[in-house]
Amino acid sequence: MKAAAFAYARATSVVNALELLAVHGDKAKVLSGGQSLMPAMNLRLLSPEIVVDIGGLAELRGIAMRGGVLVVGALTRHVDLLRSPEIALHAPLLRDAVSHVAHPAIRNRGTIGGSLAHADPASELPACVVALDATIVARGPTGERRIAATKFFKGIFETALSSDELLVAIEVPVTGQGSTFFFQEYARRHGDYAVVGLAALAVVAAGRFSDLRLGFFAVGDRPLLAAAAGKLVNACVNRGLLAEAAAALTNELDPPEDQQATAAMRRHLATVLLRRCVADLLARPELATGVTK
Amino acid sequence: MSAPVSVSLLVNGEPIDAFVLPRINLADFLRENLKLTGTHVGCEHGVCGACTVRIDGEVVRSCLMLTVQAHGASVETIEGISDSGEIADLQAAFRERNALQCGYCTPGMLMTAQDLLKHSPAPDRQAIREHLSGNYCRCTGYQAIVDAVEATARMRAERPA
Repeated sequence: MKAAAFAYARATSVVNALELLAVHGDKAKVLSGGQSLMPAMNLRLLSPEIVVDIGGLAELRGIAMRGGVLVVGALTRHVDLLRSPEIALHAPLLRDAVSHVAHPAIRNRGTIGGSLAHADPASELPACVVALDATIVARGPTGERRIAATKFFKGIFETALSSDELLVAIEVPVTGQGSTFFFQEYARRHGDYAVVGLAALAVVAAGRFSDLRLGFFAVGDRPLLAAAAGKLVNACVNRGLLAEAAAALTNELDPPEDQQATAAMRRHLATVLLRRCVADLLARPELATGVTK
Repeated sequence: MSAPVSVSLLVNGEPIDAFVLPRINLADFLRENLKLTGTHVGCEHGVCGACTVRIDGEVVRSCLMLTVQAHGASVETIEGISDSGEIADLQAAFRERNALQCGYCTPGMLMTAQDLLKHSPAPDRQAIREHLSGNYCRCTGYQAIVDAVEATARMRAERPA
């Protein structure tokens, strides 16, 4: 289908974009790369009265280190994340995750800010920023505010942003020594939305987790930072403990049922990912196998 | 309020100035306004890849881009890269191996395959499949397409620079 009619405004600066959002409020939609917004509009799931195009705002582009924080501009495209030496060095989880996002032609247009603001619970980057304990920087009429990624996602396509705010950047704390990560997802076809996925960040010392953040996606209405990870931190991980954590994870999840998978299948796949993740991060392949209920 | 907007862009090297409604996506603009019907429209939500074009040298989905977003950009369509001879060898390889039947996906396949060969001159079959994974073909079963791309990569590698 084709998008319904709408008015179009090309923002000339962030300030100008905020003025437009202040005037139009809920009736406006912000267009960055358009790789989620355009399909939704073509399918008539969304019919904004006005589209505010921020795609030309150079001030929202780029990746820079400031202090111990990697600042990623909202308009940084997936392909930029994939090619960035800073991302590869300081947040390799993002690079791995982005290689699973759609296809080259889409990665050439889609942006990190757009993906986060869209808040599709099955997409990769929201789970990554939760696992990375990143901060979302939003600018509104009264100035800037910082929102923890863990508090940013409110539901399916819902975030903490209000209609007069613009997501301008993402701040990712740089991971220290001993920090390691894991990313894996199940999808019908490479590049499709995940059936279940896991983005994880950990600190491992002397064969134990001193920190473990498990960001599951496509398992609920928003990315889930699994509390079950707590069972594995500062503990000697064995099959029994891993089974306990998997059981806790199963109870914690309330996955949707759709044409891709039943809720039970998603629960099962999440526990498989948990086992693989722990085995991989602790370099103990034997933990990946065996039945865990 | 949704009045036509002025856009200026290059299409296959030619400057184009037009007034378009904001809702007109680039694929429809190329096909309906410029009569460049080589860019095909399949799913209209970014899944099938039939509408793939190049913007400033990079492949994109023209169904997921508004014409007004292409303001100031250089757009290349299958007509452009065919006429310039840039992909003549790739097209010949598609013909020789029956890498097309109905031809609906072919412009998008050629665009995407050429993009791969530009970035990675000697891709293996897995890399070819992965790069083409966003382009649907309902006729060939893909085998012949992968063959044609692989053969083209090999021929280009052997060709004296």
